Amino acid sequence: MKRRDFLKLAGAVSVAGCATATPSKARVVVVGGGFGGATAAKYIRLWDPSIDVVLVERDASFVSCPISNLVLGGYSSMQEITRGYDGLRRHGVQLVRDEATAVDTSKKVVRLARGGDIAYERLIVSPGIDFTFGDVAGYEAAMQEGTVLHAWKAGPQTVALRRQLEEMRDGGVYILSVPLAPYRCPPGPYERASMVAAYFKQAKPRSKVLVLDANPDVTSKGGLFKRAWSDLYQGILEFRGNSRAVAVDGKSRTVKLELEDVKGDVLNVVPPHRAGEIAARSGLITTNDRWCDVDWRTMESKAVKGVHVLGDATLSAPGMPKSGSMANNHAKIAAAAIVELLNGRAPQPVKIINTCYSFVSEKEGIRVSSVHEWDAGQGTLVAVKGSGGVSAARSEAEGTFAWNWARTIWADSLA
Amino acid sequence: MIRTLTFVVALAAAFSAHSQENGRNLASGCAICHGTQGNALPGAPVIPLAGLPREHIATQMRAFRDGSRPATVMHQIAKGYTDAQIDAMAAWFSSQKR
Repeated sequence: MKRRDFLKLAGAVSVAGCATATPSKARVVVVGGGFGGATAAKYIRLWDPSIDVVLVERDASFVSCPISNLVLGGYSSMQEITRGYDGLRRHGVQLVRDEATAVDTSKKVVRLARGGDIAYERLIVSPGIDFTFGDVAGYEAAMQEGTVLHAWKAGPQTVALRRQLEEMRDGGVYILSVPLAPYRCPPGPYERASMVAAYFKQAKPRSKVLVLDANPDVTSKGGLFKRAWSDLYQGILEFRGNSRAVAVDGKSRTVKLELEDVKGDVLNVVPPHRAGEIAARSGLITTNDRWCDVDWRTMESKAVKGVHVLGDATLSAPGMPKSGSMANNHAKIAAAAIVELLNGRAPQPVKIINTCYSFVSEKEGIRVSSVHEWDAGQGTLVAVKGSGGVSAARSEAEGTFAWNWARTIWADSLA
Repeated sequence: MIRTLTFVVALAAAFSAHSQENGRNLASGCAICHGTQGNALPGAPVIPLAGLPREHIATQMRAFRDGSRPATVMHQIAKGYTDAQIDAMAAWFSSQKR
């Protein structure tokens, strides 16, 4: 379908209600085609094909953050972590490649950068995160020069960071700065440190990985990561807690902490984040000027009726990480609720599963899992008592399951 | 009498639809490793759940839950579900096409 035709269709439906060839029940618009948005679009179509679903996504393809640390280590490729959106078309999802710039929640219309509005009955906003660069003085200037990278959204920065690691002299220092929790993917920094250390051990063994963590200690799977580091990367990987980056100076390759300056060769500073920009522009941010609080039975925003927020942008429920698994499961809560609501029935709470794998070497993985259920008394999702836990030990079996998880969740979200 | 019977049949149908849906919703969480609607990827190191006998799925989940079947992860996941939830998921997976 040509874009102009699509907008015509969009206009027709919003005015007349039933101008399409096959009369549809209602239109759901999804903003953002990551783990949350893509999954929601697919599952609404799977569970009620009479609902029209339009997915607005600015990028041509999906690039996975999970497994992107393996690209940094040299154990995977950008091609392997990149997936197209054609699979969603096969489910009847209408794809609009554009950027949502605003939402008029009173008129129930999404505004697009290249012009045109799309009307919705229910809106899903799954915007991921944006960085609050201002929290680290000098960051944006240094990033423009290419002397500091976050690579915390997989894509061009992943490629650039890998190149810097390859070009670094043997004996150099790679600094990874971790922001205070909550941030996207709690175990991600420690997996990244492990992958870069594995690469250094093979290719430039006099080099060092220095983790400067704003948190007091490793925030996820601490015992398993530290065991791997002492067994595999002794003398290569150093972890320092309570080390929050307050500024960077790209020219002297310095990360400034509250009490000292640390120099390195490759600076990978991950700034603090908040819900993606469109959430802020749509009035969805409720908490600490960063996150979007939701009703966990439906994922509906507590600030704006008729709008559902998914994934990392949400104010996480207790014990819930900002992860791809969670975003995919949030999408299923939202899809189930929206299908019920658009059919005039009451939504039922949905129990969800988190599973996060991390690689600690090329082949060995570790894992954390949890099951979350609605608790009416507390009014939120809580981890089911007695469920969940971490791997007994790092193993190649967990590495095999990690790859299965990645390929399967990519397919479950996009194919 | 007929009216009562109709009511009972309608209620049973509604209940069964609700329990189908409940099984579907519960099972959707498993898809991140076991695949959409229980269809694992070709060559995947996990059990494809679609179309397996419901008794088999339910028995294995209980065995994971009580520790009699060893696992890397499933023992921790299975502890998150009640008997009724396990039965609902098992029934739903067994009714899915491969």
